[in-house]
Amino acid sequence: MIEIRGLTKRFGDRAVLDGIDLDIGRGEIIVVIGPSGTGKSTLLRCLNFLEKPDAGTILVGDLTVDAARATKDEILRLRRCTAFVFQNYALFANKTALQNIAEGLIVVKKMAKAEAHAKAQAILERIGLGDRGDSYPAALSGGQQQRVGIGRAMALEAALILFDEPTSSLDPEWVDEVLDLMRQLARAHQTMLVVTHEMQFARDVADRVIFMDEGRIVEQGPPSELFFRPGDERTRSFLRKVLPPA
Amino acid sequence: MQGLDLDYMVGLLPVLLSYLPLTLQLAVTGMALALLLACLLAVVRVLQVPVLDPLVRLFISFFRGTPLLVQLFLFYYGLPQVFAFLTAINGITATIIGLTLHFAAYMAESIRAAIVGIDRSQTEAALSIGMTTSQMMRRIVLPQAARVAAPTLMNYFIDMIKSTSLAFTLGVTELMGATQKEAAGSFLYFEAFITVAVIYWIVVEGLSWVQRRMEVFLNRAYAR
Ligand SMILES: Nc1ncnc2c1ncn2[C@@H]1O[C@H](COP(=O)(O)OP(=O)(O)OP(=O)(O)O)[C@@H](O)[C@H]1O
Ligand SMILES: [Mg+2]
Repeated sequence: MIEIRGLTKRFGDRAVLDGIDLDIGRGEIIVVIGPSGTGKSTLLRCLNFLEKPDAGTILVGDLTVDAARATKDEILRLRRCTAFVFQNYALFANKTALQNIAEGLIVVKKMAKAEAHAKAQAILERIGLGDRGDSYPAALSGGQQQRVGIGRAMALEAALILFDEPTSSLDPEWVDEVLDLMRQLARAHQTMLVVTHEMQFARDVADRVIFMDEGRIVEQGPPSELFFRPGDERTRSFLRKVLPPA
Repeated sequence: MQGLDLDYMVGLLPVLLSYLPLTLQLAVTGMALALLLACLLAVVRVLQVPVLDPLVRLFISFFRGTPLLVQLFLFYYGLPQVFAFLTAINGITATIIGLTLHFAAYMAESIRAAIVGIDRSQTEAALSIGMTTSQMMRRIVLPQAARVAAPTLMNYFIDMIKSTSLAFTLGVTELMGATQKEAAGSFLYFEAFITVAVIYWIVVEGLSWVQRRMEVFLNRAYAR
């Protein structure tokens, strides 16, 4: 249901994404791993046009966007069906937790305020922050902020949620609550594309793991295969560094 | 040295105070228009809108680079000579235009700095959920920029109140103009000007109090 073809992004004369092809099935959980600077963040950012790809097509549901000649309207529609969870949470500092979640519903989905707040409250319950709706981000812990960040993405009922290292900025004590929430989303069959260094999460939750290097997908497969029988030497050498010896 | 003529000052006070509304009207109108214009200018600068951006920079440079009094004279005396349709411009209008353009130039720079200071990830987050640039500006960026810029903008407002006194040079009888006339009649210059100084001072102190309250209010989202 999501098809990415030939996605290419250059910074200067360097191709940071070098023709990425990727199909993502409904409800599929994909984890992207790879060395630093290989374009993992750029891939996610291109998928909702925070970065404008130079070439390639992105198909989500009945929307097809040709990167080279995407219109403003297509970009807005694409963004509305691909939500983003940021490494540093990126909550709106002038809005409460509830308002952060309701914002997209009110402004983008044109939902009535009361209805949006009711839905946002329901999401707050799901993310375990039912009683913190009135708190501003500055008053929340890192883990709570990131759960609100995920809640904001959930509210849009996007076809795909993109997670860019959602736990990398967190103090260790808050990592599990965020990963647990992501597991909960996975069980609810939310389609997810996750860049993370949490290999345990990848092994437990991912349907497919993608290893990227230098702007390309080197290898992909179910975690059981990719982690334990990697075919490519680059994958093996990367995994040796990040996986604890078995 | 003679003593102060306190009776004169007490009698003068209500006379002068009756001109305070005009002074405040000049300042409030000027401030409202200047804020509006400054926001537009700041947004053009931040988004680096083609064509407009260099023009806005020129505008800001000119109105910051020349004295307010010169600008007021330019609008009141100079422009009507060039543009015939402006002959009808009166002192009050010319003052408001001058204050608006002059202060908008300064305020645009504070607002721009406040906007640029907002964490880029928040603007990305706004775009990522499908907001348009203008929705992002109105709902996320400007409210936060306003909080950052508010103390500075309030200072400009205070400055503007004091600057309305220049309107008397365009023949407007506001607080300063009225004082000038009263003093010229009574020859009690010291009493007259100390009285008007105290009036300005009290107004400004009142606003400073409002400013402190406003900051507490605006910062509530950031209190832990
Ligand atoms: N806006 C930009 N301008 C120029 N170069 C950029 C920009 N954004 C990213 N890059 C470069 O593109 C390359 C890929 O960056 P990207 O952030 O996608 O890597 P990554 O795989 O997410 O790395 P990490 O694991 O460190 O987050 C890097 O070399 C980076 O320096
Ligand atoms: Mg990255």
